[in-house]
Amino acid sequence: MVSLGQRVNFWIEDALGAVVRSPVGTQLRRWGVTGKALVASVPYFWLLLFFLIPFVIVLKISFSDSQIAMPPYQPLFSWASERVLEIKLNFGNYLFLVEDNLYWKAYLNSILVAGVSTLLCLLIGYPMAYAMARSGTSIRNILLLLVILPFWTSFLLRVYAWIGILKNNGLINNALMALGVIDQPIQMLQTDFAVYVGIVYSYLPFMILPLYANLEKMDLTLLEAAADLGCRPWEAFVKVTLPLSVPGIIAGCLLVFIPAVGEFVIPALLGDPGMLMIGKVLWTEFFNNRDWPVASAVATALLLFLVIPIMFLQRAQEAESGGVHR
Amino acid sequence: MATSTRDPQLKFEPWKDPDAQPYVRIERVTKKFGDFVAVDDVSLGIYKKEIFCLLGASGCGKTTLLRMLAGFERPTAGRIFIDGVDMTEIPPYERPVNMMFQSYALFPHMTVEQNVAFGLKQDRMAKPEIARRVADMLEMVKLGQFGKRKPHQLSGGQRQRVALARALVKKPKLLLLDEPLAALDKKLREHTQFELINIQETLGVTFIVVTHDQEEAMTLSSRIGLMNHGEIVQVGTPTEIYEYPISRFVAEFIGSVNTFEGRLVEDEPSYVRIEANDLDQPIYVDHGVSSAPGATVWAAIRPEKMQMSRDRPEGNDNWTVATVRDIAYMGDLSIYLLRLPSGKIVRVTQPNVERHAAERVTWDEQVYLQWDATSPVVVTK
Repeated sequence: MVSLGQRVNFWIEDALGAVVRSPVGTQLRRWGVTGKALVASVPYFWLLLFFLIPFVIVLKISFSDSQIAMPPYQPLFSWASERVLEIKLNFGNYLFLVEDNLYWKAYLNSILVAGVSTLLCLLIGYPMAYAMARSGTSIRNILLLLVILPFWTSFLLRVYAWIGILKNNGLINNALMALGVIDQPIQMLQTDFAVYVGIVYSYLPFMILPLYANLEKMDLTLLEAAADLGCRPWEAFVKVTLPLSVPGIIAGCLLVFIPAVGEFVIPALLGDPGMLMIGKVLWTEFFNNRDWPVASAVATALLLFLVIPIMFLQRAQEAESGGVHR
Repeated sequence: MATSTRDPQLKFEPWKDPDAQPYVRIERVTKKFGDFVAVDDVSLGIYKKEIFCLLGASGCGKTTLLRMLAGFERPTAGRIFIDGVDMTEIPPYERPVNMMFQSYALFPHMTVEQNVAFGLKQDRMAKPEIARRVADMLEMVKLGQFGKRKPHQLSGGQRQRVALARALVKKPKLLLLDEPLAALDKKLREHTQFELINIQETLGVTFIVVTHDQEEAMTLSSRIGLMNHGEIVQVGTPTEIYEYPISRFVAEFIGSVNTFEGRLVEDEPSYVRIEANDLDQPIYVDHGVSSAPGATVWAAIRPEKMQMSRDRPEGNDNWTVATVRDIAYMGDLSIYLLRLPSGKIVRVTQPNVERHAAERVTWDEQVYLQWDATSPVVVTK
């Protein structure tokens, strides 16, 4: 079976291969350009175009002064005279982030919310991924499909649907009142609880899929070996399965934690309007205050916050595995 | 052969001692997977300090039998006793049995030392004692300097020895080895066979080895249990299995053999004469066969027990004419494929004693093939 992604890759490779084999291609090959190199360069080109260049623009704006104009910031480079290029770097935006404790609190609260959500996703997702990986082949594919199925509906719509479930005269409260469990509706919407429900629900597949991929390829004779050497089933899980699934756990946690830190839609729709999340602060700075330089500084700081620990983690993992896996 | 490495003064043959109790007793064990009968009513007694080989083609049930001894599979019927204790319902983690897996199943996230220490830690043994036993064991399998390596940093042969050390360090009553040498190349395999025997003799642990490789079984074992379609076909020493096969299947499974289908024409207590379909002269065998006269039998003659000559043999039986069709020179010996007048192809091996090859039989030459009256084995099934 060839996955769709692979097939798309083959098409691209075919198309690019045709270019390389053409007379123009002879010239290209002389410069060391092959079909393979071209295919490999596509994602890099994509990232350059849609990630690195926008980031450089944001970085640039974060060092400029705001002004009431269009665009709402002063240029970084200007000609002081005919031959003197003036570069004005304004670090004030970053200083502002440190001075005003609103930003600190928003950052910390976002990290807390994302951290707790990630932990909840792991606790819920691990048993699900484990059960999927250990079930029969035919059931396994159905279960996998069920995990992916929610992606067929828009993310926004799914979060909206939770409003209908959680609100005061929503599904849960109405059901509980009809059953006579409660007299008054429980306030669930616009609480931290609703935000956690939303984040855990939305990001759970991102935890399950890498964990499943890891657990599924595990060699089950290792568990027999553990049993043979005196491990009860749960001991074998703790001593063999769990340590071997650490790469899957890390991948899943990063896939949940990183987007959850900057999450804007879920707290905006389900959370308390007063809840401080860095994604909301960013939105407010950008659209309500129209202070693009500060908003850019917030975004850049957030990126650094996330990238640096991830790089350390990656380095540590490489050292742990000794470079090669089995 | 295994016997040659043992002390010739003390013949190790507990199965011939009527008072000896088998250490491992498999009693009428059957294992079914759905409708498929993997192991069919097998009974076996294996004695202490034996190296017992379960030999058979893939799918013959040998691995399933081994896995039932380890506790990974539960017998559908029958019981298994080890050292007098009924093990049938005991889970693998409580059995005094360890297994060396075909894939070795080393824990990839642990170093060699941690792998070997795993079972001892599981037994809550004191740390200094664990360290001592792990070091001793690694020394024994000659991996003293590799303790801190991870499995993926070792060669196939080194991994095999880690797996052996890990399985032996708990001093099990019984060590199960699933195709222990299958993943090694030929040179290393021969070397490791003798190492295995030495380690087994040093530690005195009972070994049960599963293998599909008859050469491996012949070298390693004190006795072989040959399996086919879930049943034990014959149990015996390598010599017994090779020289006294009880059926055509056994004769043909172990080594190469020329089988001649025929009819008993003379059936005396001290000799028999067989009229074979493919031979003009009858086969004369110098011992009796328990079968009715006129019954269909098969005479099996090993390739090394047939001689080629250019002179017509004397007497009226145990010879035939044949034409050389093919010669395979193997160095120490040559394999000749000869065609009989009936068209049947016969295989003969001759040791290359002399270096000079001028007088050797060559292609398309007609020769006489003969054999001793002691050579043929007569089987009735």
